[in-house]
Amino acid sequence: MNVVVCVNHVPDSAAKINVAPDGKSIDKTGVAFVLNPYDEFAIEEALRIKEKHGGEVIAVSLGGDSHKETLRKALAMGVDKAVLLKDESTRDSFGVATALAEYIKDVAPDVILCGKQSIDADNAAVGVMIAELLGIPSVSVVVSMKLEGAQAIVEREIEGGRETVEVTLPALFTAQKGLNEPRYPALKGIMAAKSKPIEERIPSQVAQKVEVVAIRRPPSKGTGKIVGTDVSAVPELVRLLHEEAKIL
Amino acid sequence: MEQEEDIERMKILAFAEQRNGKFKKAAFEVVSVAYTLAQQTGGEVIALVIGDSIDGIASELGEYGAHRVLVVQDPKLALYSPIAYARIIVEMAARENATVVLLSATALGKDCAPRVAVKLNAGLAADCIAVDIQDGDIRATRPMYGGKVLADVKITTPVKVLTIRPNVFAVQSIDGTRPQCDVVSVSLQDADFTARTTAVTIGSGKLDVAEADIVITGGRGLKGPENFKMLEDLAEVLGGAVGASRAAVDAGWRPHGDQVGQTGKTVSPTLYIAVGVSGSIQHVAGMSSSKYIVAINKDKDAPIFQIADYGIVGDAFEIVPALTQEVKKLLGK
Repeated sequence: MNVVVCVNHVPDSAAKINVAPDGKSIDKTGVAFVLNPYDEFAIEEALRIKEKHGGEVIAVSLGGDSHKETLRKALAMGVDKAVLLKDESTRDSFGVATALAEYIKDVAPDVILCGKQSIDADNAAVGVMIAELLGIPSVSVVVSMKLEGAQAIVEREIEGGRETVEVTLPALFTAQKGLNEPRYPALKGIMAAKSKPIEERIPSQVAQKVEVVAIRRPPSKGTGKIVGTDVSAVPELVRLLHEEAKIL
Repeated sequence: MEQEEDIERMKILAFAEQRNGKFKKAAFEVVSVAYTLAQQTGGEVIALVIGDSIDGIASELGEYGAHRVLVVQDPKLALYSPIAYARIIVEMAARENATVVLLSATALGKDCAPRVAVKLNAGLAADCIAVDIQDGDIRATRPMYGGKVLADVKITTPVKVLTIRPNVFAVQSIDGTRPQCDVVSVSLQDADFTARTTAVTIGSGKLDVAEADIVITGGRGLKGPENFKMLEDLAEVLGGAVGASRAAVDAGWRPHGDQVGQTGKTVSPTLYIAVGVSGSIQHVAGMSSSKYIVAINKDKDAPIFQIADYGIVGDAFEIVPALTQEVKKLLGK
């Protein structure tokens, strides 16, 4: 059972995001970048599949040299091989999916795993687009996974519940928090990852279908009021919600 | 000039999601947004409903501005199958020469839209919170970085696919005439069901935080899972849902599905009550677009107070039960 897991290198969720002078991108100064949190669940699931069914796990990332840091983390967690699709251009979801699909097509794995979304552009689209480009089924926002022969039985999160989905492999899955508990890389793994090679490839270019015209900080809420400092403020709070906000 | 002619004919395919023969509120939101766009461009709204034995509900969409409704029904389509649904949406878009395909960014819409976009060779603007016509073209606004910034985006392909965030756009009831409803037959093949939903489990009829109009979220300040009971009591009185901060979820107090924040759910309810939640950057990213924010926290310096409309600095264990009682009084419960 060979698995390809797609990983991204994104600003940490604790980072404050500011708009760059061009008005179209973010100011990366002082922003810490990390392995996309949802991709950790994807890597963990890939490793568990390998541990149970054998095979090889390849981590692939599209981006500049900085993505090597994230690929090293994937190696430290235990993936067998890391591939950087080296590209610094601005791409929309389709552009990212095209580059990843182009690589994955060559590898022809049984299972492809992605995080349910990258916490930068938040499109939650790349995974499913890869599947469509490869002509294979996919299930997004997966919270449990079981492989049985050439089939997978998975559960995905929906509003207020779950769907059970039966899928024919090869297939792509996007991981939601809760799918598993990602392992911490052991020191030995971290050391070994430092010297492992990262294969580099140049992906082909595609025209953008979606352009960011401008980005801005959301309108800031005016500072609200402190209604009180103990339980005696409750009637006033309810009055405000009822009369001023008119929501009760 | 050719471009202007296209705009004259802006045909919008609005995917109206139903479950068990009942439209989701998100379906009416999609049709309402499609209607607003159609009004501005002299276009037409063609709604699409997919499911099993759902022709009876199709005409409801006229009330929100659907000029026509297409119904594709088959027992095999009772539950969502990504490839089948995407193929039907694409076939209907082609049949109608639709230039815009609109879906809600629900679990289904988010899953289906990327496939639809690739098949139509269309750009996808996902999870939009504003959609307008500017210079005859669609301009959409969508949050990025968990809502820390907003992006204005332009789709450059002739056909455009957009998903709109649920609970953000108003449902507008118009005096529409009864729309023409056509049941369209589609040939389904085995290849359409290589991924198919075999069962749906809905947790105890509980309202999802992402869909609720009122959300009460508990954080580390609640000290333990047993103390979420008081939030549930308040939620019951208010008709809301209970959410949890990442700290509360990571501590194992609440399920992952309840997490609000950048690595959880993004919510924009009318009223958001944060109890014992400090207001970290990643949490605020997931809830700052709420209409009204109430913070209850014993730490007066907690960042949550900077974005709260109303705050009470104090002991949540006293304040929340008192709030429940006070709301009960007001609502005559």
